[in-house]
Amino acid sequence: MYTQALNTRETTTESSPDADRFQARIDAEERIEPNDWMPDAYRRSLVRQISQHAHSEVIGMLPEGNWITRAPSLRRKAALLAKVQDEGGHGLYLYSAAETLGVTREELQDQLLTGRARYSSIFNYPTLTWADIGTIGWLVDGAAIMNQIPLCRCSYGPYARAMIRVCREESFHQRQGFEIVLTLCRGTPEQKAMAQDALNRWWWPCLTMFGPPDTDSQHSDTSMQWKIKRFTNDALRQKFVDATVPQGHFLGLTFPDPDLHLDEATGHWQFGAIDWAEFRAVLAGNGPCNRERLEARRKAHDEGAWVRDAALAYAAKQRNAA
Amino acid sequence: MNTPLWEVFVRARNGLAHKHVGSVHAADATMALQAARDVYTRRGEALSLWVVPSHAIVASDPADRESLFEPTGSKIYRHPTFYEVPDEVGHM
Ligand SMILES: [Fe+2]
Ligand SMILES: [Fe+2]
Repeated sequence: MYTQALNTRETTTESSPDADRFQARIDAEERIEPNDWMPDAYRRSLVRQISQHAHSEVIGMLPEGNWITRAPSLRRKAALLAKVQDEGGHGLYLYSAAETLGVTREELQDQLLTGRARYSSIFNYPTLTWADIGTIGWLVDGAAIMNQIPLCRCSYGPYARAMIRVCREESFHQRQGFEIVLTLCRGTPEQKAMAQDALNRWWWPCLTMFGPPDTDSQHSDTSMQWKIKRFTNDALRQKFVDATVPQGHFLGLTFPDPDLHLDEATGHWQFGAIDWAEFRAVLAGNGPCNRERLEARRKAHDEGAWVRDAALAYAAKQRNAA
Repeated sequence: MNTPLWEVFVRARNGLAHKHVGSVHAADATMALQAARDVYTRRGEALSLWVVPSHAIVASDPADRESLFEPTGSKIYRHPTFYEVPDEVGHM
């Protein structure tokens, strides 16, 4: 998902009275809080996951921000502005949660700006038309919700609490997106074609948001054991497909997957093979917008430097005067 | 210099206590309040906000949990249900 790039295996072979007590607390569904004892690997794993999630929220503002000035009405513009502002807020809740584990905001920012940190592959695709904004709300936020709801019960208290705040806000994101697509689908044939084109381009990248298949996802087992994660990538992906396909059919749209069909026996929508080579390429930095996204982030950071410096200088001056 | 960290507390309604909701970074108290408003109260979540420099908070050490909090575990006579009142007496 927003942390799909987790690819370093953490071992929980650490065995000590502390580690055993820790695992017993996790098994008893107790929450772990910042000052509690925790295995180093748990801490590292969380810092990586929470910061990747935070970076995804922040970078995720860029593709949608692209359309704020060109939203087709004041109503849509106000909604999009509020949505993008929420995503900034999500990033901040998550950075705060990561900082409780002993990293600084500056370190995390530096990891993002120097290209050492990962963020969700989905934000490296371009937003070519207004229909993309509706489709992102409907599908990308829809996929995010699938992933984030179980994270509200994550074993690490500050992460779980941040997720509860995030989930409360996500529902508006998905609904405003769906409404945009619905309006296009009920509009002129050209508008409906725009919606179809957006679905064609976003569908497969959205399926990769859940991360590699369970057969080669290396972090799932320990994350599950620590109850950072509660469902596997494939389980969440299937949940998302099952929830989304009927919505698309309601809109009168076709999914760009000739193999998509309802399996009567299981009640699940079966989908075709995902192009994991493309996923890996985007993650490795070779998606359509990777460079542009990081450049935009660096530019904003650099151009805001004088404001941060001035605020700190003013605060220092006030302190000295007091 | 890194931008200082502040803990944010929100009072949702009069009659409720301020509750910790998270933290923000800001150069000074005024900016911390402004940032806390933007980050934690975008949907009418607050009637009042506190921001407190994070370093000003003194926390108990989880390692001391037993010595601090365990002694009350055995003092069940501090609870009303410890005492017997016959049913005939009615609610007390
Ligand atoms: Fe978000
Ligand atoms: Fe969202």
